[in-house]
Amino acid sequence: MKIVYTGRKDSRQFKAMIGKTMQQLLDEDENVVWLDADLQSCSGVSAVHSPRVINCGVAEANMVGVACGMSAVGWKPYVHSFAPFVSRRAYDQIFLSGGYAGNSVTVVGTDPGITAAFNGGTHMPFEDVALYRALPGAKIVDVTDVPMLVDILHQAKDIPGVKYFRVPRKESYQVYAEGTHFTFGKGIVLREGADATIIACGIMVHEALQAAQKLEQEGISACVIDIFSIKPLDEELVRQYARKTGVLVTAENHNKIGGLYSAVKECLDGEARVGYVAIEDCFGEVGPQDYLRDRFDLTDEHIARVVREKLGK
Amino acid sequence: MTDQEKRELQSFALRIRIGTVECVKSRGFGHIGGSLSVVDALAVLYGKVMRIDPRNPQWEERDKLVCSKGHAGPAVYATLALKGYMPYDMLYTLNQPGTHLPSHCDRRLTPGVDMTTGSLGQGTSLAVGMAYGDKLKGRSSRTYLIVGDGELNEGQVWEAAMFAAGKNVNNMTWLIDWNKKQLDGYVSDILEPFDIRAKFEAFGFEAVQIDGHDVAQLYDALTKTSDRPIAIVMDNIKGKGVTQVEQTVSNHSMNVSAEVFDRWLEELRTQLSALEAQGGGI
Repeated sequence: MKIVYTGRKDSRQFKAMIGKTMQQLLDEDENVVWLDADLQSCSGVSAVHSPRVINCGVAEANMVGVACGMSAVGWKPYVHSFAPFVSRRAYDQIFLSGGYAGNSVTVVGTDPGITAAFNGGTHMPFEDVALYRALPGAKIVDVTDVPMLVDILHQAKDIPGVKYFRVPRKESYQVYAEGTHFTFGKGIVLREGADATIIACGIMVHEALQAAQKLEQEGISACVIDIFSIKPLDEELVRQYARKTGVLVTAENHNKIGGLYSAVKECLDGEARVGYVAIEDCFGEVGPQDYLRDRFDLTDEHIARVVREKLGK
Repeated sequence: MTDQEKRELQSFALRIRIGTVECVKSRGFGHIGGSLSVVDALAVLYGKVMRIDPRNPQWEERDKLVCSKGHAGPAVYATLALKGYMPYDMLYTLNQPGTHLPSHCDRRLTPGVDMTTGSLGQGTSLAVGMAYGDKLKGRSSRTYLIVGDGELNEGQVWEAAMFAAGKNVNNMTWLIDWNKKQLDGYVSDILEPFDIRAKFEAFGFEAVQIDGHDVAQLYDALTKTSDRPIAIVMDNIKGKGVTQVEQTVSNHSMNVSAEVFDRWLEELRTQLSALEAQGGGI
């Protein structure tokens, strides 16, 4: 796998790339349909030309139900709204009309965690991963960069069941080469290290790579794993690096309850000392993303601090 | 509809009622009231209206039924068994461990069940999605959706209704089982729905109200098509067809002895014999 990370921002916005990718998928596959809940201009799909883009209005529960009904008669539906509305608000519909009923739907939740920024606490989900993790058979991806977004959107249409993708709308830090193929359930070692392992997802992958560079200057060799597929989790890889380095630190843009930290802890049996960088079980609040990053300690400095603590340094 | 056709549908309805009671009797308790109230609609749908093939339950071009009040499962199962989707004896497995017939309809378990329902409200959006999906595929299929009057409490019903009318999903018919009662008592005491027909009309449906136990009225309403989705408010009786169930105020789910179930079956078989004496058998 080719890693192209430079620490500089990708000029492409996720939003525009959702639109571009969906245009391609709608053109390629006559069974693809995109349902939105009055947020097409936020998902980038307002630029898509297709009769199979359906604006359902501000009614997420119904949108999910309609998508699941369409799945039952042969369609491959994608649904979009802001992440809290396609997790908390429509959860019962995703759970029953989707998972339990055996229907297939790809759920795109934009603005996960602190990326909701100026929309504030009402729009800032720190619990969406926890909800989807408790849905039997669901697949969860916290998207790292544009090549990953493009690849998993392509793959999703032919994967049965419920898939949930958390996607920021703005720029990301590109990590992977264009055209990279990702495997659900397989984590990616971005950087080897001997002393500790940082396991990150989503926007925290960049912070983890920055933290590893800082630690290197202090003589601490940290491995970084992108565990973008939170469910299924690459448990084998987690255990392997737990045994190898003895220290694991998770980093996620989500409540420490029910998210990546929980998932990693659940698959270990004392192989490593485990620390976390996550939201400390509290609600979101409004502000610029940079402010929220500091406010909730989702920083490279904090990751490095937790690594040092766990190493006893 | 000729008198003979009418008697045939009434006979089918009675046999569904007998199957429903036998199904619930096998477990000793179950959702008898709301099952019996939708039987006549099921008889007309599966007996005369719906384009289906019991040997090929997944046929894409078929008409579909979504019983959003999923607790009417026993009535749906009795109908499907009589149509040959499953052996009749399977009705005696309701809610047994590992059964194909759970309390609430499940498309993954029961042959002929088109959609999983049970969490009230959810079947409405699912049915709208199925009808809309069929329409976009250019199929001539129609989707029939049964909704309880208590179920109208759920906000999702109205989201789905707004979508159905707003997106012109006119290849579907909603049947509202206005049987006046929900689990805890009378609908009018718990959450008054006011004029249900007028509500659907205001949402953009073509809406009618009929006697939901009159097979001729049902047939007329169910064979109607429109440039809008159709809503049929069925003026129904919860527990219809079994005197004791009709007269029991709290008849949502009943737990009675085998002797009582047998009395109910005797009452239904007497009605069936009388009808068949007039030449009602199919």
